[in-house]
Amino acid sequence: MSAHLPVLQVLVPLLAAPLCAILRNGRAAWAVAMVASWTSLWIAIQLLTLVLANGTISYELGGWAAPWGIEYRIDTVNAFVLLIVSMIAAVVTPYALKSIEREVEASRVALFYAAFMLCLTGLLGITITGDVFNVFVFLEISSLSAYALIAIGQNRKALTAAYQYLIMGSVGATFIVIGIGMMYVMTGSLNMADLSVLLPQVSSSRTIPVAFAFLTVGISLKLALFPLHLWLPNAYTYAPSTVTVFIASTATKVAVYMLLRFFFTIFGPAFSFDVMQLDRVLLPLALVAIFSMSLVAIFQTNIKRMMAYSSVAQIGYMILGISMASVTGLTAGILHMFNHAMMKGALFMALGCVMYRVGSVHIDSMRGLGKRMPWTMAAFVMGGLSLIGVPLTVGFVSKWYLIQGALEKGWWPVAALVLLTSLMAVVYIWRVVEAAYFQEFPGDDDGELREAPLAMLVPTWALVLINLYFGIDASLTAGVAGAAARSLLGVGP
Amino acid sequence: MSVLGLFNYWIFVFLMMVGFYILISRGNLVKKIIGLNIFQTSVFILYISMGKVTGGTAPILVEGDAVYSNPLPHVLILTAIVVGVATTALGLSLVVRIKEAYGTIEEDEIQAEDLRS
Repeated sequence: MSAHLPVLQVLVPLLAAPLCAILRNGRAAWAVAMVASWTSLWIAIQLLTLVLANGTISYELGGWAAPWGIEYRIDTVNAFVLLIVSMIAAVVTPYALKSIEREVEASRVALFYAAFMLCLTGLLGITITGDVFNVFVFLEISSLSAYALIAIGQNRKALTAAYQYLIMGSVGATFIVIGIGMMYVMTGSLNMADLSVLLPQVSSSRTIPVAFAFLTVGISLKLALFPLHLWLPNAYTYAPSTVTVFIASTATKVAVYMLLRFFFTIFGPAFSFDVMQLDRVLLPLALVAIFSMSLVAIFQTNIKRMMAYSSVAQIGYMILGISMASVTGLTAGILHMFNHAMMKGALFMALGCVMYRVGSVHIDSMRGLGKRMPWTMAAFVMGGLSLIGVPLTVGFVSKWYLIQGALEKGWWPVAALVLLTSLMAVVYIWRVVEAAYFQEFPGDDDGELREAPLAMLVPTWALVLINLYFGIDASLTAGVAGAAARSLLGVGP
Repeated sequence: MSVLGLFNYWIFVFLMMVGFYILISRGNLVKKIIGLNIFQTSVFILYISMGKVTGGTAPILVEGDAVYSNPLPHVLILTAIVVGVATTALGLSLVVRIKEAYGTIEEDEIQAEDLRS
């Protein structure tokens, strides 16, 4: 059993998807999704423990030996990302029950869970696989189901948002296939470990830098790196609340993981950063993303859209860490993948609760909610504090590493910018706090507006507590992220 | 290799640019999907071309020594073709629903409609 855990990680949600579609009953489909997502989480925890104890796991699909067969290869980096993705899925599924019943037509609920399971399959598959073409296949599974999930949104703008995402996402995926094809032309291999050996021998040819460029642009589109982020704000704003929580906390993280995998494991840090000078592209884009998107977020009136712009800025922090190409910087980047998933998950979940009761997440409709929905708004405030980076929350831990990484390199202005943008986060979180706690409830005071249902509050607070727990005791997350960073850079265990 | 020897790759670049240009320049949502299709098709040609071995025959087992073309890229691109079909189907079904919701599939008219509401 435990020998087949790597393939079960992907198979369980993959089999759950058609089951959800066949069942046709919303509640039954939800139960299936619940079992599948919690099984995934259990498998991910098992895999992470195994990897931490015994080192890299290699699984040959169908018994075909690598590099000919497809290999699933799990090391510290992707075991950690698997944990992030399946943990968010396991917390989102119980939350989905109420939220989806309110926001999606009854006849489509079962199909929603089918698409949700497919999306989870794709994201886990991208993360676990050791074969570059397999990455593309899973990428398309997750993307196609994500487009469908976004299009389910109530507002008709969800349709155009999904369409825009489809066009940009497909262009990104096609760029990635072109890059993979060019690597295959030069090496004759698709296995990641094999490629990392073969590529240095042919890296002087012109094809490999071109492949590198195609992959960079393709992956940057997927992870919404500024200025390729245009699909993101609308997609996050108009998708159903549950979908926003799930996609915002997992899809871009998995794309960041792809970036790490391609540039560090396959091409190697020496080629990516010394020959191609990737940091000269990533660093300025990351800084512009952090600053400009935080600024744009301040002026949004739809809070979901504000959080979407803040997400683009937060992705900038991850890319900033990665572009340092040092152990501390990379640790900060990987750590922030986990931390951002937890804080944005909590924030979007709190907004989903507001959506459930109030039916809008416009800043005006949040007036006076502090008294009406105290637990929801408290969760939002805690998530917000974490986003800002207040001590005792996870946000502080990742910013601490990030600033340390910048200072190690002697980049004082970068460290200053990180502090400045944290203050900008204070501004946009404060706007919501002010509306919720210091302004009067606009409607008549008949006490109709109640706290969100417990089935939604409990998952929200679970994420908030994770934010606090790993903010106080970061030894587990920072330890794993540090080990992952060292293995990517190839310096000691 | 001569310019002519790289004929397939010139076609790849040409189709890719045509598809990409349509994708960027057209405001009609169906035309955008057509552009995306041409763009993706160009990649199919890239993959099919690179599997060709000079003087190679179809990769079917025959008696005696024979040079085979590499079948793997062809198999890979079958997967990508399926993905392309799925993307087109999903894209077109979104266009149908956009048409139902907005009554138009022109990008500028949809934007005007959004601004009014």
